[in-house]
Amino acid sequence: MTTTSQTNMNKQSPGRLRAFLAGIGNVDRRWIFLSMALAVGVPILLKLRFPEVPGPMAKATFDAVESIPEGSRVLLSFDYDPASAGELQPMANALVYHCASRHHRIVFMALWPLGKQMADKTIKDVLLEFHHEYKYGVDYVQLGYKAGNEGVIKLMTTNIPGQYPTDADGAALSKMPIVADAADLRAFKFIGSFSAGFPGAKEWVQYAKGNTPDAFKVVGGSTGVQVSQLLPYYPKQMEGLLVAIKGAAEYEMLVTSKYPTSHYADRLEEGRRRMGPQLVAHLLMIGLIVLGNVAMIAGRGMKGGAR
Amino acid sequence: MMNALALRWAFRTMAAAMLSANAGALAMPPAPTNVVATDRPGDGGGAVMLQWTAPAPSEVKEARIERSATAAELKASAPNSAAWISVASAPTLAGEGLGFEITDLPPSAANKSSTDQLVFRVAFLGTDGEMSAFTDSNTVVGVANIFLAKKLGLAVSLVLVCGSVILWILLARAGRSVKIRRIAALDAVDEAIGRATEMGRPVLFVPGIQDMTDIQTVAGVTILGRVAKTAAEYDATLEVPTCRSIVMSACRDTVQAAHFGAGRPETYREANINYITDEQFGYVAYVAGRMVREKPAACFYMGAFYAESLVLAENGNAVGAIQIAGTAEPSQLPFFVAACDYTLIGEEFLAASAYLSGERDQLGSIKGQDLGKLIAVMVILVGCVLATVAAFAPEGASARASAAFQNFLGG
Amino acid sequence: MLRRTIPMLILAASGILLVVAYFSPFTTSWSETVLGWFNVLAAVAFVLGAGNLLAVNLELVSARRAGWAYALITLLSFAAMFVFGLFKIGVVPNPDHPNVYFAGDYESSQSAFGWVYEYIFSPLTSTMFALLAFYVASAAFRAFRAKNIEAILLLSTAFIVLIAQTAGGMFLTGWIPEDSMFAFLRFDWMKVGITEYIQTAGMRAITIGIALGIAATSLRLILGLDKSYLSKN
Repeated sequence: MTTTSQTNMNKQSPGRLRAFLAGIGNVDRRWIFLSMALAVGVPILLKLRFPEVPGPMAKATFDAVESIPEGSRVLLSFDYDPASAGELQPMANALVYHCASRHHRIVFMALWPLGKQMADKTIKDVLLEFHHEYKYGVDYVQLGYKAGNEGVIKLMTTNIPGQYPTDADGAALSKMPIVADAADLRAFKFIGSFSAGFPGAKEWVQYAKGNTPDAFKVVGGSTGVQVSQLLPYYPKQMEGLLVAIKGAAEYEMLVTSKYPTSHYADRLEEGRRRMGPQLVAHLLMIGLIVLGNVAMIAGRGMKGGAR
Repeated sequence: MMNALALRWAFRTMAAAMLSANAGALAMPPAPTNVVATDRPGDGGGAVMLQWTAPAPSEVKEARIERSATAAELKASAPNSAAWISVASAPTLAGEGLGFEITDLPPSAANKSSTDQLVFRVAFLGTDGEMSAFTDSNTVVGVANIFLAKKLGLAVSLVLVCGSVILWILLARAGRSVKIRRIAALDAVDEAIGRATEMGRPVLFVPGIQDMTDIQTVAGVTILGRVAKTAAEYDATLEVPTCRSIVMSACRDTVQAAHFGAGRPETYREANINYITDEQFGYVAYVAGRMVREKPAACFYMGAFYAESLVLAENGNAVGAIQIAGTAEPSQLPFFVAACDYTLIGEEFLAASAYLSGERDQLGSIKGQDLGKLIAVMVILVGCVLATVAAFAPEGASARASAAFQNFLGG
Repeated sequence: MLRRTIPMLILAASGILLVVAYFSPFTTSWSETVLGWFNVLAAVAFVLGAGNLLAVNLELVSARRAGWAYALITLLSFAAMFVFGLFKIGVVPNPDHPNVYFAGDYESSQSAFGWVYEYIFSPLTSTMFALLAFYVASAAFRAFRAKNIEAILLLSTAFIVLIAQTAGGMFLTGWIPEDSMFAFLRFDWMKVGITEYIQTAGMRAITIGIALGIAATSLRLILGLDKSYLSKN
């Protein structure tokens, strides 16, 4: 009796295992959602951190900011909205901090309607937090959002005062030393665009860099999804490129190791902080893909057995 | 007589000795000669070409170029300010050949498309920092030309591509057979709508999140025409939530026309085509919520999509809908391919309207598009060969040909 | 005539004109002017859209049809933001014009509009975007199956890029010297190779196809071959 049942069990076990594995392929997607929530949430709560080694693109971005003379006039365009702030805000924070550490004069603008708020947040949380000496109108200015997508860039290549007679608050730019003599984009040594889509870094390359290739350096900050559209421009037409959180984390490392902050700055460690959850989430994805394939193979085996 | 000659000889020798001593101390470079300024041909104005005879490279480091101030500049500047304005420094040899290009000259107050009359002057900077005397050029006016020469390559490409499309339209009209490979995604349109009809569930059509200024939205709306016609014939409910007001208006016109075309104008429901919001994720929240509640049996995503593509496609997948997507946004194609049953990739999506129409003219235009692709492949091959040869012989004719080819194509 | 012929003529004339205008310095800016006209039209059309939004949601609420509570929330939110923005509730006066109440920026964080933006709208849109992480996981689980050689290649590429995009890549292969002949086995090198060469080449091919498709589609519209976007008379 015992022997018979054991034999049956031995016969059934591989079948059950196979059925179980095949069943994983049809698992309710809510289990996947739950595991992803844990993969992201637990590392955040445990503050998991991993060392980052700067890659060539982050180094190129760092070098682009370093290569222009101290105190140069730079233009930073915030071409994203809160939806992509998770990916782009850390690199925006680091780049603004880097520019301010080099005493560059920063002109903020936005091609996305909600980009202005993103820039305001960066000014408040990073620029004025670490560089109290920065004076509005002299060391930095906020041009705000301007409708017209790539048309705004095109017009800026020939006529900035015509396009922007006032700043975001309606104050005359002609009275502000930082931009009073800026006739067109050649007045800048560096242009950075944090870009979540259209219009963004691609348009800055096509319409600004394409018009005057040698006048200034262009650097793009991109979400992971959009980067494939920017890669063709790097490094010839775009001197630096930061890709998603990984790029931000690498760049943060470069910036804060050369220009240590005066006090603790979680805002300048956001990229590195978010790499912990990203690693675990990526491992989960790999695990899920492996599981999916095991389920598929097990399912094939079952069908084969039935035949 | 002899005395006079001897005196002259002595004077010349002394003068030569003094000059050479002077030269040894200051090494003043020779002044430029033959300085000629000409208007730059084929430009938008404000550019001048400057030529001069270049000295030996060992004598001078660079050329300094200045231009005369315009009347407006003199009026605006302080009294007694310089009448010459520095415009550029150039490698001394740059004055040869086509010449050195001076760009961004100020437009004339009277005529914005040309400059005032300008005079340029050039001096050489010696290797030890001494400047030669300036030499003036002739008077020149930088005039805008009717055609921008730097866009010639683009114009030629445009003529070739459009020409091949028009040629094939004419050939198709003349009776030439036009065979287009079957596109599974478009063949599945009828099946998807038929299934929705059988199940008594609606068909959802999302025309992207961009406005009518985006060609993808236009392509999406033209496909909507076909989908709406089939839906009208099958008497299926078609819902079109839109992200822009003008797109809503265009979709209503298109769907109404499709109902007329199907001979069922009475089944057209304007209320099924609505504007939701311009805000990307607000729109997605609405559409995803609608999908979960209404459970459409067929979902079409045709237009410009960004981060919302996967949210839409995964929700559609979760409710078990047949999903057909089409977009020319390369970054979103992988998401649609992963989550939808059929995906129209880039040019397939743009050709879909013509394919679905089945009209000879429109099918001919797809064939013409393929001819354009063949031209693009040939241009790439020629460019690759030229650039490869140029890489091995950077000073040779192939390098010049490669640079000229790149320049012609606008790069 | 009014709904088909005239729109087609306008499209053909403006299409050909703007293409030709692009090549002359005297007319290059015409496309920007036309874009300006479109923006004006779109702004006016927004009234049409807002009217439609109100009509649909008011009908839902008044008929108490399924989902009427959501419609009510939409209507209330619409009205609140309209009032906050139009009347500039709570704005800080512009320093240049302290006595002119309306000169203040309606988007400043102290205003009611700014507050709603920062504390309601911004977290909501971030939440919607963050949903992508869940959907990407479930799509990857379902779609990445090694069914054939192409799918296996796709899978392998996904593994390399996923690992290389984290510190895991350096942890696993960072010990291979960059100047050794095996450096190509480093995950970071493989990722650069995949993205900069293979992906870029593929992307360029797709982009060229799209550009040609756009040219052909535009031509079909300009020549009046494709009329499916127009309504019946």
